[in-house]
Amino acid sequence: MADVLKKTPVREQEPKVRATNFEEVCYGYDKDEAMDEATRCLNCKNAKCIKGCPVSINIPGFIMKLRDGDVEGAYEEIGKSSALPAVCGRVCPQESQCEAKCIRGIKGEPVSIGKLERFVADYALENNVKPKGADKKNGHKVAVIGSGPAGLTAAGDLAKWGYDVTVFEALHELGGVLVYGIPEFRLPKEKVVKKEIEKVKELGVKFETNVVIGKSTTIDQLMEEEGFEAVFIGSGAGLPMFMGIPGETANGVFSANEYLTRSNLMKAFNKDYDTPIAKSEKVVVVGGGNVAMDAARTALRLGAEVHVVYRRSEEELPARVEEVHHAKEEGIIFDLLTNPVRIIEDEKGWVTGMECVRMELGEPDASGRRRPIAIPGSEFTIDCDTVIMSLGTSPNPLIASTTKGLETNKWKCIVAEEEDGKTSKANVYAGGDAVTGAATVILAMGAGKAGAKGIHELLSKDEN
Amino acid sequence: MYKIVKAEKLADLIYLMDVKAERIAKHCQPGQFVIVKIDEIGERIPLTICDYDREAGTITIVFQTVGASTYRMADLKEGDSFRDFVGPLGEPSELVHEDLESLKKKKLLFVAGGVGAAPVYPQVKWLKEHGVEADVIVGAKTKDMLILEDKMKSVAGNYYPCTDDGSYGHSGMVTTKIEQLVTEEGKHYDHCVAIGPMIMMKFTCLMTKKLNIPTTVSMNPIMVDGTGMCGACRLHVGDEVKFACVDGPEFDGHLVDFDESMQRQLLYKTQEGKAMLKLKEGDTHHGGCGECGGDK
Repeated sequence: MADVLKKTPVREQEPKVRATNFEEVCYGYDKDEAMDEATRCLNCKNAKCIKGCPVSINIPGFIMKLRDGDVEGAYEEIGKSSALPAVCGRVCPQESQCEAKCIRGIKGEPVSIGKLERFVADYALENNVKPKGADKKNGHKVAVIGSGPAGLTAAGDLAKWGYDVTVFEALHELGGVLVYGIPEFRLPKEKVVKKEIEKVKELGVKFETNVVIGKSTTIDQLMEEEGFEAVFIGSGAGLPMFMGIPGETANGVFSANEYLTRSNLMKAFNKDYDTPIAKSEKVVVVGGGNVAMDAARTALRLGAEVHVVYRRSEEELPARVEEVHHAKEEGIIFDLLTNPVRIIEDEKGWVTGMECVRMELGEPDASGRRRPIAIPGSEFTIDCDTVIMSLGTSPNPLIASTTKGLETNKWKCIVAEEEDGKTSKANVYAGGDAVTGAATVILAMGAGKAGAKGIHELLSKDEN
Repeated sequence: MYKIVKAEKLADLIYLMDVKAERIAKHCQPGQFVIVKIDEIGERIPLTICDYDREAGTITIVFQTVGASTYRMADLKEGDSFRDFVGPLGEPSELVHEDLESLKKKKLLFVAGGVGAAPVYPQVKWLKEHGVEADVIVGAKTKDMLILEDKMKSVAGNYYPCTDDGSYGHSGMVTTKIEQLVTEEGKHYDHCVAIGPMIMMKFTCLMTKKLNIPTTVSMNPIMVDGTGMCGACRLHVGDEVKFACVDGPEFDGHLVDFDESMQRQLLYKTQEGKAMLKLKEGDTHHGGCGECGGDK
């Protein structure tokens, strides 16, 4: 028996090998490993881990079933709270959520909840275990805008309660950030995302791609002309931010959104596809979040030397520890306490380098993190042919600007109640990045759940 | 899937298609565009809407083959389908929002270059339907490359074809025709709309600036999603950085930085060429693309 204080180790692709391919980094547990790890769960009466989960999965509940070898039962338990467990098992920041609250973590390592969730979900996908749907339809029509984590969760919950749900997606593929943002090597598209969305379809949810709400039709038209009684907006964040420094329109400067969309959604990393992506020798990624790590590790796999430039120190890197660790293992170079000043281009407008300045940390700012201050005279140049700006996104104004009576705040985020997603417009609910600005998959799912609950309360009220 | 109900070759490398897309046909306005994707492996190609039939639920697109995806699109026939067809994207032309009475008092000039005749047509047609007549200059390399002539004639006030080689109509560039109309024939225009290759729009704007005619252009930069998400289509308009897909595609031509935009269009040029070469040569492909190693 392994050390009970430690997590059952998980198999991963060798860093040197995976740095040259787009296959998944982590292989996950097999059944024996998963059942072994499940025995580490103390099945706490007052389970703190559940409180750490934004969608409140009955974590000890599913782990106990798994421990007894009942994987289908474990899947059913998770399915009560989450429509996307194979996704969450991979991309949730468990270390700051469920696993951070695990009692095992006080003395030793917490139970590897994320990897267990992933095993159960993958087993269900591989063995085609059906999710438990509604016994009967209630006849109420609900529209969901966006097929990302918030929209899929809201749609899944509403369908389980018997609603007639249609999801409208602007792009040509379903999944939102799960397909355009998160790379294949972290979240396989065919094996995981597509199949997990199939499960949502099996609940009876209808999907329509290539519909841009605000352009192809509007929320008012959906309600007035197409008979939808309520709408959930999960349209995500969208507009990429740039720094506003000279040279940002030079050839070879991309937003992380563009770079990742080309590689992930348009599959530019695969030569059989028509969409091109920059062939780079040396790439500088500006920013320190999960998206920056994804962009850096994608560029690395496409054959470039990759530097991450971040203005604070390693401690402040907003990316998940696991992502930073993986990036370093693969050979990404971190230039910390460094800030871009301008992008240098040749006479034909192509990037040749980036001028940066060294930073030091001063007093804490409003975010509680120590404010980075430029060190005068410390300017230097990094030679590079590609710059990827990963500075975050702001919500797309398309929906807010075409929907009468929908209130937004000064950051152009849709204003919605946290507990039920209610907006300023009757029968319209919202959640996810469109409301909070860029956040995580699981927080968006939590908001999708809240929105579904809000809509359910609204529409079931009429019946009593 | 989006069915092609009509497919027609207009000129060498230029194709017209009517595509069934009811949501778009119901809501689109002149000046907006669609994004089409032929199949799973295809690129997302932005194309300005050339015409629409609200009753039949169809959208007319006109495209020129430039890369691997458009090259394959040219082979599509009536009855075939596009995998994806999304829109209408971008903001409608500003004339749609203008007060009709004041619009009727204005003298408008449209200048189209090459395949740019396609996006000019719906605007002129819209004006005609609303009782406003506009003059139209259409430029092409040679007579055979001039497209949509009958359609354009039927909606334009005065129609002035130009060919670079003098094979038809005015001999020379569209810019010389503009100058001739204004300085020699004494015509007055309150506003100009120029749509075509960037180089043509650039020189048209230099001319209209000289002649003091406010000018709107429709930009066609590289795009991926077309909904404001990727930022690939960013361009300088005056001091501001704009996204052509959501802020445009139409901008004040006298403020657009054309040199920068033309540079950005070259971003994937060699890669597109390589992909084309590989596709065209098929099994006989044996290097030269720099990708396959066949020439090593």
